[in-house]
Amino acid sequence: MTMTHTLTPTADLASGIEDVARLLTPDGERIADPDLDRWVEDVDASVLRGLYRDMVLVRRIDTEGVALQRQGQLALWPPCQGQEATQVGTARALRADDFAFPSYRETGVVHVRGAKPADFVLAWRGEEHSTYNPYEINTATQQIIIGAQSLHAVGYAMGIQRDGTDQVSVAYFGDGASSQGDVNEAMVFASSYRSPVVFVCVNNHWAISEPVTVQAKYPIAGRAPGFGIPSMRVDGNDVLACLAAMRWALDHARRGNGPAFIEAVTYRMGPHTTSDDPTRYRDKEEVETWRRRDPISRLEALLRAQGEFDDAFAASVEADADALAREVREAAMSATTREPLTMLDHVYAEPHSGIDEQRAWFGAYLDGFASAQAGAEEVAR
Amino acid sequence: MTQLTMAKSINEGLRRAMADDPKVLVIGEDIGKLGGVFRITDGLQAEFGADRVIDTPLAEAGIVGTAVGLAFRGYRPVVEIQFDGFVYPAFDQIVCQVAKLHYRTRGNVTMPITIRIPWAGGVGAAEHHSESPEAYFVHTSGLRVVAVSNPQDAYVMLRQAIASNDPVVYFEPKRLYHTKGEVDLGVDLADAPPMGLARVAREGTDVTLLTYGSQVGIALDAATAAEDDGVSIEVIDLRSISPVDYRTVTASVRKTGRVVVTHEAAREAGVGAELIASVTERCFHYLEAPPQRVTGHDIPYPPAKLEKHHLPDLDRILDAVDRVLDRPNSLTGVFEQ
Ligand SMILES: Cc1ncc(C[n+]2csc(CCOP(=O)(O)OP(=O)(O)O)c2C)c(N)n1
Repeated sequence: MTMTHTLTPTADLASGIEDVARLLTPDGERIADPDLDRWVEDVDASVLRGLYRDMVLVRRIDTEGVALQRQGQLALWPPCQGQEATQVGTARALRADDFAFPSYRETGVVHVRGAKPADFVLAWRGEEHSTYNPYEINTATQQIIIGAQSLHAVGYAMGIQRDGTDQVSVAYFGDGASSQGDVNEAMVFASSYRSPVVFVCVNNHWAISEPVTVQAKYPIAGRAPGFGIPSMRVDGNDVLACLAAMRWALDHARRGNGPAFIEAVTYRMGPHTTSDDPTRYRDKEEVETWRRRDPISRLEALLRAQGEFDDAFAASVEADADALAREVREAAMSATTREPLTMLDHVYAEPHSGIDEQRAWFGAYLDGFASAQAGAEEVAR
Repeated sequence: MTQLTMAKSINEGLRRAMADDPKVLVIGEDIGKLGGVFRITDGLQAEFGADRVIDTPLAEAGIVGTAVGLAFRGYRPVVEIQFDGFVYPAFDQIVCQVAKLHYRTRGNVTMPITIRIPWAGGVGAAEHHSESPEAYFVHTSGLRVVAVSNPQDAYVMLRQAIASNDPVVYFEPKRLYHTKGEVDLGVDLADAPPMGLARVAREGTDVTLLTYGSQVGIALDAATAAEDDGVSIEVIDLRSISPVDYRTVTASVRKTGRVVVTHEAAREAGVGAELIASVTERCFHYLEAPPQRVTGHDIPYPPAKLEKHHLPDLDRILDAVDRVLDRPNSLTGVFEQ
C-alpha cells in the first residue's frame, strides 16, 4: 500500500547540493540542459562578452570598495566577490521597465540597472542612506532589513496587475533571509494573487557566520512549490544559466502565470562585510573549492574555446574596469558631508510644524556657535 | 575587582548565569562560533555547548517566539537581538506574548526572558544600526526595561535580569562596549543594589540631570564643565527606565528645583516626556523652571556623517542647563517659551 497522502522530501541539503541546473561547467565547457537551452538560443559571442565585461566591472567595483574601506574612506563594505554571475545574469534578463528590489550585497544588480559610480560608495561612507532615485533606474534602495524587500516586490507586482502592464517585479534576498517571516509571507501573497514577481534567493552558503544548514535542511528552491510557486535551482556561478533561468522566470510571470522562484547556488568568497572575520567560522578548504568555480574564469574559458577572447578584448575590459574604479574612488574621496540642518529635510513630504520648529531652533543653535566663533576672532584681531 | 570592558563584563555575566542555572539558554544570530557580531557571547558555545548557546535561523519573530515556548517549559532564555534596528520583526511576539502571558494566565505562567539589545548610536554605523527604540518597550506594560552605563552595572544587572521572573529588555550602549571599568565578579546578587534602583552618579545642588545608558558619561562631563561655571549638577543614572525609581528622582528634584532630561532617542513621546510628566506631577511646587529635554531630533536616525549633530552632546546639555537657570541660551529670542 502506498501512502498517497504523505509528502516526503526526496533530497536533503547534504546530498542535493550539487543538483543545480547548469549550462557551463566550472571549466567553462558548454553543456546542454533541456530546461535552460531554449532560453539562451539567441545568446551569441557579443552577448557573452557583454556579460563577461559586466562581471569584471562588478568585481572591480567590489575590490575598490574593500580597498576604500581599508583606507578609511568608507565605514563599511559588503563584498560580493563570487556572486557576480548570479547578479549580472539575472539582472541582464530584466527589461528596463521591470522593477528590482535588491539587498545590500547586490552591487552587480545595481550596476547593471545603471547606478553611477557615486551610488556605490556614498551610503557606505555614511553620507547618505541611499543615493540613486529608485524611479530613475527602476530599482529600489538596497535593503538592509533582512527579507523586508520581498514583500515590497510583491506589493509592487500587485500594482502592476492593477495597472494591467506586462512588467515584472523582482525580489533579491539571501539564504538567511529565507527564514524570515516576511519572505514566507511574500510567497503566500504572491501565490494567492498570482502576482508577476520573481523571487531570486541568492544562496551564497553563509548568513554571516551561519551556514545555510541552519536555515534549511532541504534545498530552498524546494519550498516554493509548497506555496504553489514553480521554482528552479540554478548554478549561481554560471552566468549563462542564471540568464536562462531568469528569462524562464520572467516569462512565466509576464504571461500572467503568477510568481516564479529561483535559488541561485553560489558562494560568498569574502567576509560578510569588512567588519567580519570569517576565519572564526569557516574553513579555508571550502573557500578554495569555490575559488575553482569562479564565475568569471568560467566564462573566460568558454570565450577562449570559442576563439572570442583575445588580448585586445581583455585589455579593453581591463581599461574599462580601471576607469570605473577610478571614478568610484574619486566619488568617495571627493565626497563632502552635507550641512547639518539638511538632516531635518524629507522627514515628511508636506510641511510639518514640529519639524519646522526644530529646524528653527537647531539653526539658531548652530548659528550661536558661528557668531561665538566670529566674536572670538574679532577679539583676537 | 578587575578591569573589564563592558563587552567582557556582559560576557562574564552570561557565563556566570549559565554556570549557576542549567535552565539558562542563550539564543540568537551568529552567537555560536562567531561569538556574536560584538563578541558578547565569545567562548560560551565552546564552554556550554550548542544546546545551550543556540545559533538560530535568521528570523527575529522566530527567536523571540521560541523563547516564549522555552519559557513556558521552564527555561530562562537570554535572547540576543543583533542590533537595535532588527528588533522590530520580533515586536509582535514581545508586545503580544512576552509582555502579556503572565497577566493572561493570571500568574500561572512566567516569562523569565531577557532580551539583550545592542543599542543606540555614535558608532558611525549604517542605517538601522544606531536606533533607540526604548520608548516602545517602556510603553508596553508587562516588560521591565533597563539600560546600562558601565561595566559593573552591566555585569550585575544582566544577572539580575536573568534571575528575574519577569521579562526584561536589557539595552547595551554599543559605543560603550570597549570602555573599561572596575568589575567585582564575585559580587553576591543579594548584596548588590536591585536593578530597579537609580544611582546618583554625581551629587549636586542646582540642577538635576536625568539620564541613562550611553548618555550618562556625557552628562557627567557636562556636570564637570558646569562646575567651572559655578553650577552644581546632580546626575542621576536611572538604570531602570521601566519602572523608574521615582523615590531617588523626586528627592533630587525637590532639592534642586530644576530638571533636565537627556536621551538619544527622538523627543516626541520619548522616555523624557514620561519622566517630565511624572516629575511635574510629583514635584510641581518645587520646580523653579520648566523642565527641559535634550534629545535626538524628531527624525529617522540620520546618515553616520551627520550623527554628531543629532546626538545630544555636552554643549546641548549645557544649553538646556542654561535654560532651566534662565541664563541666555539658544532659545533666547527664537521662541516664546
Ligand atoms: C531583520 C534583520 N536581522 C538581522 C540583520 C543583521 N544581518 C545583516 S546581514 C545578515 C545575514 C544575512 O544573510 P543572507 O540573507 O544569507 O544574505 P547574505 O548576507 O549572505 O548576502 C544579518 C543577520 C539584519 N540586517 N536585519
